[in-house]
Amino acid sequence: MSDLNQRGSIDQSALDVNRRRFLTNTAIVVGGVGVVGLVVPFASTMAPSARARAAGAPVEVDISKLEPGQKVTVEWRGKPVWIVRRTEQSLADLPSLDGILADPNSDMAQQPAYAQNATRAVKDEYMVLVGVCTHLGCSPTFRPELAPDDLGADWKGGFFCPCHGSKFDIAGRVYAGVPAPTNLVVPPHRYASDTVVVIGEDPEVA
Amino acid sequence: MSQQNGIMGWINDRFPLTETLEYHVTRYYAPKNFNFWYYFGILSSVVLVMQIVTGIVLTMNYKPDGFHNVNGIPGAFASVEYIMREVDWGWFVRYMHSTGASAFFVVVYLHMLRGLMYGSYKKPRELIWIFGMLIYLCLMAEAFMGYLLPWGQMSFWGAQVIVNLFNTIPFVGEALSVWVRGDYVISDATLNRFFAFHVIALPLVLIGLVVFHLVALHHVGSNNPDGVDIKKHKDANGIPLDGIEFHPYYTVKDTFGVVVFLAVFFAVVSFAPEMGGYFLEHANFVPADPLKTPEHIAPVWYFTPFYAMLRATPPMFGSAFPGVIVMFGAIAVLFFLPWLDRNETRSIRYRSKAFKIWLWLFVVSFVILGYYGIQAPSTFGTIMSRICTLIYFGYFVAIWFISGNEKTQPVPDRVTYK
Repeated sequence: MSDLNQRGSIDQSALDVNRRRFLTNTAIVVGGVGVVGLVVPFASTMAPSARARAAGAPVEVDISKLEPGQKVTVEWRGKPVWIVRRTEQSLADLPSLDGILADPNSDMAQQPAYAQNATRAVKDEYMVLVGVCTHLGCSPTFRPELAPDDLGADWKGGFFCPCHGSKFDIAGRVYAGVPAPTNLVVPPHRYASDTVVVIGEDPEVA
Repeated sequence: MSQQNGIMGWINDRFPLTETLEYHVTRYYAPKNFNFWYYFGILSSVVLVMQIVTGIVLTMNYKPDGFHNVNGIPGAFASVEYIMREVDWGWFVRYMHSTGASAFFVVVYLHMLRGLMYGSYKKPRELIWIFGMLIYLCLMAEAFMGYLLPWGQMSFWGAQVIVNLFNTIPFVGEALSVWVRGDYVISDATLNRFFAFHVIALPLVLIGLVVFHLVALHHVGSNNPDGVDIKKHKDANGIPLDGIEFHPYYTVKDTFGVVVFLAVFFAVVSFAPEMGGYFLEHANFVPADPLKTPEHIAPVWYFTPFYAMLRATPPMFGSAFPGVIVMFGAIAVLFFLPWLDRNETRSIRYRSKAFKIWLWLFVVSFVILGYYGIQAPSTFGTIMSRICTLIYFGYFVAIWFISGNEKTQPVPDRVTYK
């Protein structure tokens, strides 16, 4: 082994270069696989935990005391869900807005199939919406009044997002030319009775 | 073995103490014509130290807890109120930290403007500029994550909007934003990870970048208001004729500047820590409520220029992603400045009228964007923001064309004292 202590005297021809290269490459590959493998547990700890995934049970809401024109907010999966009891007038006004909306016929899948209709509702009178702006997630403000100063003479009631100025009508349909690209989301919901709506469950198919 | 005796000799045999001090301080020759604009580098390091010290003290009483306590108040919000009301001098340290965040951006923006004016990003200082830009990015991440910690209404909704920016990325956005939050909504999980990033991960990166920034600076030497290369004229000992030792000359000058800065800083801490809602927004004194967005939300002032650009960009192809690209593009384009500006003349003093006009247009548009980013959305504000966004990006286009064939004035051989 004395030749290892004096590098100058190493007999180059006696070196097994292939063996050295093999060991180096093997170490790099095995170590590399280990490092890549480590990414999985570290990245996974940052994903929602089992508890966070389990949260999200359906919510039952009693709407018997909701007057026409009123809105109630409930929490479902940590998000605000609105139930608005619409007036005859605001339902009648819906078609008149079609021309200034981005997606008046709800073509984009922002609602379950059973709410893809002119009023975006199971029961025309009750509008159920996830109260989260489709732009960047603020919760828009309910502005039921007609033609207020800040929203213009054509305003027929709806939702205004204070963050970036997006406008939605009373069916959650987005106006054209505002930052929000799509209509507000209609969550899955069903009516357990005439006065109880369950948020987070689809209607049972008859 | 060194020739020195005593403790210094003993140390220097084992660690290059004298050598390092000389290289970076006592024999670092800086141009002798530094002006007012050269205070802001040292001031940002003063603020950095202050943020680290106050931050350490704050973590001793702060709790990153998003759940409600027995009084129905979120734990994090309650712990900040505890620091403010019940920890002796806690209000002082907390206001130093919150005011320090704004002060950091004040000095860093002025420091960056100095670089734009005197061409400090040009060859051979491109890497100094890039490290500086990375510091700026890191600082923005620090400020954003730090703002979530008090768990007020602005904390919550600000984080909601910014994290949702990831949502707009096509295909992977939704999954990515869930992963960033660690939940489907901003929650306790988000608060805890932001705390970890704010107090451990990002400060480590930040300090490393500051070291790189300074090592690169001391390797190539400081620029100056004339943009002349002081290494061209050296005396018999190889010392630049226009250079003076950083210590004692600039340490004395900087000490004066630091004291004036601290006097102003502590006046703000003592008398106007909220700065009328610009440093600490009023809505942030209300605990976070996931069901209700405040009537008017805006980021803290140092983010508002980019926020105005985000708001000014209309959605395209049914997606808000273009606005996000514009917003981040506004920062990304700065990285390329050393190669967009093709003129070798560094200082604005000797550059063409066109360059000067565009630089000030750029600065003014940035300030106007900052103003409209604070205001509630309005039609006129959107139009102004769109114009200023075009000017902001126009600067980088203009500078490419101007610098290609620019009529500059002759640069003096030696530094001047204008």
